[in-house]
Amino acid sequence: MAYDKFNILKSTAVPLAIENVDTDQIIPARFLKATERVGFGDNLFRDWRYNPDNIPKSDFVLNNPLYSGKILVGGKNFGSGSSREHAAWAVYDYGFRCVVSSFFADIFKNNCLNIGVLPVQVSAEFAEKIFRAIEADPKTEIEVNLPEQRICILSTGQKETFDISSYKKDNMVNGFDDIDYLQNIKTEIEAFASQLPL
Amino acid sequence: MSKTLFDKVWDTHVVRKIEGGPDVLFIDRHLIHEVTSPVAFLGLKSRGIKVLYPKRTFATADHNTPTINQHLPVQDPLSANQLKALESNSNEYGISYWGLGHQKNGIVHVVGPEYGITQPGATIVCGDSHTSTHGAFGAIAFGIGTSEVEMVLATQCIMQEKPKKMRININGQLGKGVTPKDVALFIISQLSTSGATGYFVEYAGKVFENMTMEGRMTVCNLSIEMGARGGMIAPDETTINYVKGREFSPKGEAWDKALAYYQSLKSDSDAIFDIEYSYDGASIEPMITYGTNPGMGMGISHSIPNANDVEGGAASYAKSLNYMGFNEGESMMGKPVDYVFIGSCTNGRIEDFRAFTSIVKGKKKADHVTAWLVPGSHIVEAQIKEEGLLDILNEAGFTLRQPGCSACLAMNDDKIPAGKYAVSTSNRNFEGRQGPGSRTMLASPLVAAAAAITGVVTDPRTLI
Ligand code: SF4
Repeated sequence: MAYDKFNILKSTAVPLAIENVDTDQIIPARFLKATERVGFGDNLFRDWRYNPDNIPKSDFVLNNPLYSGKILVGGKNFGSGSSREHAAWAVYDYGFRCVVSSFFADIFKNNCLNIGVLPVQVSAEFAEKIFRAIEADPKTEIEVNLPEQRICILSTGQKETFDISSYKKDNMVNGFDDIDYLQNIKTEIEAFASQLPL
Repeated sequence: MSKTLFDKVWDTHVVRKIEGGPDVLFIDRHLIHEVTSPVAFLGLKSRGIKVLYPKRTFATADHNTPTINQHLPVQDPLSANQLKALESNSNEYGISYWGLGHQKNGIVHVVGPEYGITQPGATIVCGDSHTSTHGAFGAIAFGIGTSEVEMVLATQCIMQEKPKKMRININGQLGKGVTPKDVALFIISQLSTSGATGYFVEYAGKVFENMTMEGRMTVCNLSIEMGARGGMIAPDETTINYVKGREFSPKGEAWDKALAYYQSLKSDSDAIFDIEYSYDGASIEPMITYGTNPGMGMGISHSIPNANDVEGGAASYAKSLNYMGFNEGESMMGKPVDYVFIGSCTNGRIEDFRAFTSIVKGKKKADHVTAWLVPGSHIVEAQIKEEGLLDILNEAGFTLRQPGCSACLAMNDDKIPAGKYAVSTSNRNFEGRQGPGSRTMLASPLVAAAAAITGVVTDPRTLI
């Protein structure tokens, strides 16, 4: 599915300073029963967000009216565990367009890139700076500039550059996806397949 | 230039390299199941494209399926709907479909090898992170997301950046009561859940050479739990004997050609890895986890570490122990156990049931323990019966359920209730993984058996 183009995103951010957030927390397995990609945002962090009786837990950050925005800032090793793309869908469907962490699990990162959520990996120090800036002022804005591969805390002016492959960057800036690319080289794929050992 | 096993298989499958981007990697075998495929098929439909090589994809239903009364209609309407979608999509696109009740139905990573779909030197993907299991055969096998499932259906390729290479060497003799599961939990406890992120692992050394294919599958299965995309073991006689003659294995001339390829699959002696670790097999104990990720494991005779002695944030550590209801410095031995689960693509194979049975034989299940014994496939189920294990299990107070993922991810009715403790042979002890509020201790089939008999966490070596 082609997705929204990503260029420069300026937004407040939601801090979630927990390490090893796994995809079972991002979207628990019992919400994976859909056959269409709709409504996953309602169950984002379901068991951290709601009590078993569906009353929101007031101490969870998504239920705190002070914090909002299109950027989610997570702790180290964000998105570990299951390969479920539903986790990335839930993040997107809730309204996030960018996730920032000092370290991402591989599959989650790929899944995000494939659906148009930008994973921005920053240094541990810079992640700390972001958490501190948001703590000082929940309305702190963060600017993520994809063409220039730069993230900036607007209130303090602190910035850092981040990595992304030029191929993936082009895709995100233009809203293309991998299938568009692969479809175009189908004859090459078929020729390749005919000479494989298995 | 000298190459690792991983390089050899990877390079054989690169269709083209993209400047400043990923490689286009050809996928030999694609496994699908009901949970992560429906949206991929919707994508194909909306683009109006067909499946390029339907014979390279195999579908089985496992994540959502009940493990009792499989002959009856599935009760949960949402699960039933996903199963129906898998069946109709498979039929529409000409993909082999092994649905509920089909003789070949079972957990995707158990049936793949059983029917010879898994081959040495193949590239194998599935929308499930434990696809790493198939690396036991010297295949490059890893989990993918649904967008990638759609890519593979449409073009038999995905786009991947080549990971870095890690080798883990374990030599020496494993001690009494130490199983492949313990070896894997030990490695993860050393490297942490993110220690191998960005890497593909090769397991090498006597300990792995001496393992059966079932044991190797358990080890490779858990590679993802240290963050690796996958893990692999070079094919040898054990591998080739396992693969030969299976339904989808090459036959005749094709076998000879395949065999030559399999035999070329090992790391060159001077191949360079980005990082290597070595451990002594004799130092590994039966393992158990005490926290909420698989890296929080320890030898069963040890005490739960103090926050100061573990890497990472004290707050996350405290949150984890608090969820489990455990304290720093405590021993795990003697902790009460409410549920025991043996099954999953980690430990749902015949050897696991043999190990479990060896401990419970002639004893009785503890009254307060609920035990779920779930074979990984119908072949495993049949073997349990043929080998007489079922009689021994029944005698000891256990019953057998029907194949499926079951309490590994608790998408069906097999959920551990909130607050209850389970000793589980599966692969993840995340918060709520086995049902909302459930508390999971990961361990081997031997540790699970010891817990089922005594009703508390017990060192299985005292029962052997
Ligand atoms: S048993 Fe668990 S890990 Fe294995 S395929 Fe099923 S859900 Fe995935």
